[in-house]
Amino acid sequence: MAYSVKVLDHYENPRNVGSFARDEEGVATGMVGAPACGDVMKLQIKVGKGGIIEDAKFKTYGCGSAIASSSLVTEWVKGRTIDQAMDIRNTQIAEELALPPVKIHCSILAEDAIKAAVADYRKKHGEQG
Amino acid sequence: MLKLPIYLDYSATTPVDPRVAEKMIPYLVEKFGNPASRSHSFGWEAEAAVEEAREEVANLVNADPKEIVWTSGATESNNLALKGAAQFYCGKGKHLITVKTEHKAVLDTCRELERQGFAVSYLDVQENGLIDLEAFSSALRPDTILASVMFVNNEIGVIQPIAELGEICRSRGILLHVDAAQATGKVAIDLATLKVDLMSFSAHKTYGPKGIGALYVQRKPRVRLNAQMHGGGHERGFRSGTLPTHQIVGMGEAFRLARLEMGVENERIRMLRDRLLRGVSDIDEVYINGDMEHRVPHNLNLSFAYVEGESLLMAIKDLAVSSGSACTSASLEPSYVLRALGRNDELAHSSIRFTLGRFTTADEVDYATRLLHEKISRLRELSPLWEMVQEGVDLSTVQWAAH
Repeated sequence: MAYSVKVLDHYENPRNVGSFARDEEGVATGMVGAPACGDVMKLQIKVGKGGIIEDAKFKTYGCGSAIASSSLVTEWVKGRTIDQAMDIRNTQIAEELALPPVKIHCSILAEDAIKAAVADYRKKHGEQG
Repeated sequence: MLKLPIYLDYSATTPVDPRVAEKMIPYLVEKFGNPASRSHSFGWEAEAAVEEAREEVANLVNADPKEIVWTSGATESNNLALKGAAQFYCGKGKHLITVKTEHKAVLDTCRELERQGFAVSYLDVQENGLIDLEAFSSALRPDTILASVMFVNNEIGVIQPIAELGEICRSRGILLHVDAAQATGKVAIDLATLKVDLMSFSAHKTYGPKGIGALYVQRKPRVRLNAQMHGGGHERGFRSGTLPTHQIVGMGEAFRLARLEMGVENERIRMLRDRLLRGVSDIDEVYINGDMEHRVPHNLNLSFAYVEGESLLMAIKDLAVSSGSACTSASLEPSYVLRALGRNDELAHSSIRFTLGRFTTADEVDYATRLLHEKISRLRELSPLWEMVQEGVDLSTVQWAAH
């Protein structure tokens, strides 16, 4: 399979790889996917004052497109409020990375990871979505 | 200096040995006659070359040259053997047996025979990839006419117990077909003693050209087939079509070289394969897929747990290898062969097949080893599964949000 330049860049130089301590103030975690499907994404956001995402980290088990999608998402969510982060759509991710049709599920998973992380944040902070 | 990428996919195909290519070339330009032309020396010359090659193919497997039928490759041989025998003997019964880890050329032909009204049993294999002889025996039915079992598995390299299967089948009057595409030049094949009725061969897995293969059709006892390709009645009516002399000459020479050199070559390749295995064995959580004892020396199929196969292939793009994972296609299913071994999803998604061959060097193996160490560790740093396992989480207890 031929990968786009952007997928290769994120794959070779993934941004924001790692983990925050789960009990750290403002940290929420979204884990989506399943080993059976060949993709598991863990996205963590660190939310500061005013609901702004100050930092994000990821770890992904999956193909190059899955790694690139989650790496891109960590860049995109930083500096946004959690509500703005919820506006990120898989189609934007797929377009930015020029994902082929068989890899669209990677962008869907990345969108799901944002939703899961935000849901975890809201659960911990008792906010209603 | 190493030339990159390094080819470690000899089970997909092999380069044509330069000695083979050299022998083929005159049959394209000067000695271009049609071997079926009986009226002039151009035809006689081509026919002599075809018959010499037929003898070489027969010699490698200790068969009679009259038992060798030229085809376009192992896929066609498998089609001719299975459809030809099933259709000819359908009056005796309409049940066939094969194995879940067979090549698609057998499995898909069996699916077609099911559409034609035959019943097919697809047997499981044991965890080591080998067929269980008792399970095989008990799957045979009074109306079973044909069994098809591959000699060497293309993904995991295990060698099936063909001699024992032959005894079982012959004693029950059931034909045995063996796909030997991955076996020639790698295991000794003696068709004078093996009770095998039909055997498929390919040239391009054994340093010959693509597009040529053969089917062994036993004469004593005689095996009959319905032809699948009709026309001028070439190959005693088994397979019509003008013989591609240059391809046939190439296959003959490739099989001759295999016969002369396989003893020494296999030991050299085994040494390199074991060097590769030793080199990666200090990486945590590496699993070998398939039995190591009943296995060709060329094959190493490994699962690197918690690393996904396609991303690993990207990371080791300096190595031309293949993944058991079919993620590169539209299908997201992991290898059906590894699933048949009972491998769990993480391991089936994480497998890489290394197949070594005639032109593999120790330097190439050492480069591969270093690259694997570096890339596996990088991808595990990226892997949430690896992180969880390091933290002591049992992944089988996790509720995954399957998608």
